[in-house]
Amino acid sequence: MKFKKILPQFLTLLFIVLIFGFFTMNAQENMDTRGIEFGFGFLSKEASFDIQFSLIDYDGSMSYGRAYLVGLLNTLLVSFIGIILSTILGAVIGVARLSPNYLINKTASFYVEFFRNVPLLLQIFFWYFAALRALPMPEDAPLIFGSSFMTIKGLYTPAPIWNNLDVFMIALIVAMIVIYFFNKFAKRKQEEEGKQYPKFLISLGIFVILPALTFFVGGVDVTWSFPELKQLAKTSFTYEGGLGIPPELIALTLALTLYTATFIAENVRAGIQGIGKGQKEAAASVGLTPGQVLKLVVLPQALRIIIPPTTNQYLNLTKNSSLAAAIAYPDLVLVFAGTAMMQTGRAIEIVGITMATYLTISLTISLFMNWYNKRIAIQEK
Amino acid sequence: MNNVNFLKPNKENLNLFLFLGTIFFGLGLIDFCLNNFYEKNITSFLPSFVSFFTPLIFGMIGLHFIRIEFSGIKFLDELNKNINTSNFNAALSISIIILIIFSVAPLLNWFILDATFFGDSKEACTGSGACWVYIKTWFNRFMYGMYPNAEQWRVNATFIIVLGLMAAGYFFPLKYKKYLTFYYVILLPIISFLLIYYLISGGEFGLEWVETGAWGGLSLTFIVSFFSLIFCFPIGMMLALGRRSDLAVVKYSSLSFIEFWRGVPLITVLFMSAVMFPMFLPDGTYVDKLIRVIVAITLFEAAYTAEVIRGGLQALPRGQYDAAKSLGMGYWRLHLLVILPQALKLVIPGIANTFLALVKDTPLIFVVGLLELVGMLNLAKTNPKWLGFSMEGYVFAGIIFWIICYSMSKYSQKLELKFKTDR
Repeated sequence: MKFKKILPQFLTLLFIVLIFGFFTMNAQENMDTRGIEFGFGFLSKEASFDIQFSLIDYDGSMSYGRAYLVGLLNTLLVSFIGIILSTILGAVIGVARLSPNYLINKTASFYVEFFRNVPLLLQIFFWYFAALRALPMPEDAPLIFGSSFMTIKGLYTPAPIWNNLDVFMIALIVAMIVIYFFNKFAKRKQEEEGKQYPKFLISLGIFVILPALTFFVGGVDVTWSFPELKQLAKTSFTYEGGLGIPPELIALTLALTLYTATFIAENVRAGIQGIGKGQKEAAASVGLTPGQVLKLVVLPQALRIIIPPTTNQYLNLTKNSSLAAAIAYPDLVLVFAGTAMMQTGRAIEIVGITMATYLTISLTISLFMNWYNKRIAIQEK
Repeated sequence: MNNVNFLKPNKENLNLFLFLGTIFFGLGLIDFCLNNFYEKNITSFLPSFVSFFTPLIFGMIGLHFIRIEFSGIKFLDELNKNINTSNFNAALSISIIILIIFSVAPLLNWFILDATFFGDSKEACTGSGACWVYIKTWFNRFMYGMYPNAEQWRVNATFIIVLGLMAAGYFFPLKYKKYLTFYYVILLPIISFLLIYYLISGGEFGLEWVETGAWGGLSLTFIVSFFSLIFCFPIGMMLALGRRSDLAVVKYSSLSFIEFWRGVPLITVLFMSAVMFPMFLPDGTYVDKLIRVIVAITLFEAAYTAEVIRGGLQALPRGQYDAAKSLGMGYWRLHLLVILPQALKLVIPGIANTFLALVKDTPLIFVVGLLELVGMLNLAKTNPKWLGFSMEGYVFAGIIFWIICYSMSKYSQKLELKFKTDR
């Protein structure tokens, strides 16, 4: 009996060790013949390549480590924007698919069936190479909303210039802490005395008023810098000032959002459909208003169904953002596994670091999700 | 005539309200169409803000008038029930109708009315619409990549034979049905591999040798997805069983394998197969790019398949395990004869979804330099003779992928329904 348990485990272990050993030995040998030494020292060497779009200060004289950071931040940026937009769009479409209105229902399902069944890479290419290339040149671009320009070179919008931004941020954080304690207090009051406060309104008030106060007392101040057309050469124009969003980022965000939103919409639909009619009727019959039914009965249960697969979609979106490399948006893959690897030739280290980074993001979110799932799971007796 | 209250349309004045409603609704649409397609604004005497919303306002008034319950006209009742239950719904419906007209008309123009269908060079395309001549000229390239024109029958023949072999399972006589799994899991992959090796790749039997670098287009999409699917299935099954095993080493090695591949994006896996993998092989060994890609995608998809199959295994009630064990079955007999047949039936839709994702992921193989359909499009786009037709190309590829994926997803939904009734 014991033997029966040990043998398969031993064989598995042997198999793994053999494969890893074989690979390591070969890698060692190959690196020896090519005169490369395994190590991460290259990270502090000068990168000497430029990155088109960066959230932090970066130029060619900085290290590969810094370039890695730039790529990572760009990946996180596009994932963050994509997650927020696709959640909003997905929720709207998911609800629309449940609408009794035939036209809305069908339009929503057309959208879902269409964007879900076309490869994401193709969609990215479409937006970047076909749709955004049809935009006007900077000098011909019309004004949008009185201050922005949508051109072939990207979107130019006014950018805020802050004075004492840190005071404002501290106010925001303080506001959130106050809201947290207020909600705790309100919950306790309700449980002890049955007294209800307009929680949402008061929270919103705190959230708006506290940061707004800093404009009057904290010396916080915002001025806007507007994009202005500037002639570089006879036929070459560009915009200066303001905030320039490169077309790569726009195309990538658009494609990721439209693609992921279809999956989120399906999750939302399944979640809401998963709530039995009896739940709503029972809630209504004990005298809850429709708003309360939604807030206290339907949403808490629907969210329990919606959130796990939706987090999976967030993970997918983050991983899919690596397709950025195809349209030269400087994300982690393009900057690090592309340019940096070409220059250093350190395939094993760089691909390893890139994969480890994505793995860390994925595993962190999965662990968090497992914890969250356990928390919201129905406590069965 | 009865009292007419325009705020409350009623059945007594049905015809009057129908008439008014249709007129207002029509007026809204006409206003919108004139505005957008003929650049005439019939309501220009109004302030521009109001004038902009006139189609919506007219339409809403129109729909308000025809919102009569139990009118006795079947069509009207259906219409009211479906798109016209309240003012809010009416506004949404009109917005959607306007949106559809707004987007369909230019699309129709671009796709068909202004498009060029005939000719054989770029010069034929003079209209403002799509230039389908481009697709026609490049069609062979999009389907077969750089595969020599004269040899393309070999690709076709292979696909037809493989398809025929796949369909053959349907017509197995009852006596041989028990060998069906064996046929699909072992025999078919081997035959297909041999076919592709000898017929598409060639080099023997007097067939000209075509290197894998020349393969491409849609046929490459099929080849890659076909082999990845076939190989990822047994691997995924083993991993799923391994993950549920009681043996710690087996369990945790399967778990880390699955979590590793699920945690990284496919593009980095392909990068790994392209630049890192050769470092791991003895010096001088060369593995064909295509094989490396198929191995990479297979391992990647196997992790996802494993999770799907695990879902099926978990869905089976414990009683199945207990009953089989009480009959004295060992681990393998228990799984092969009792558990897996039931679990796999449950996960067929999930597997189909994984396969769908796999097909949609194949364009990524461009990172290692293999050009399937999307890759070929990007190549054709940069051809100096045919600049400026990227839109047509992407639309064409989009339609093809959409047809493949949509029909597959519909089929998997049908299967899901079919198997749902069983339990």
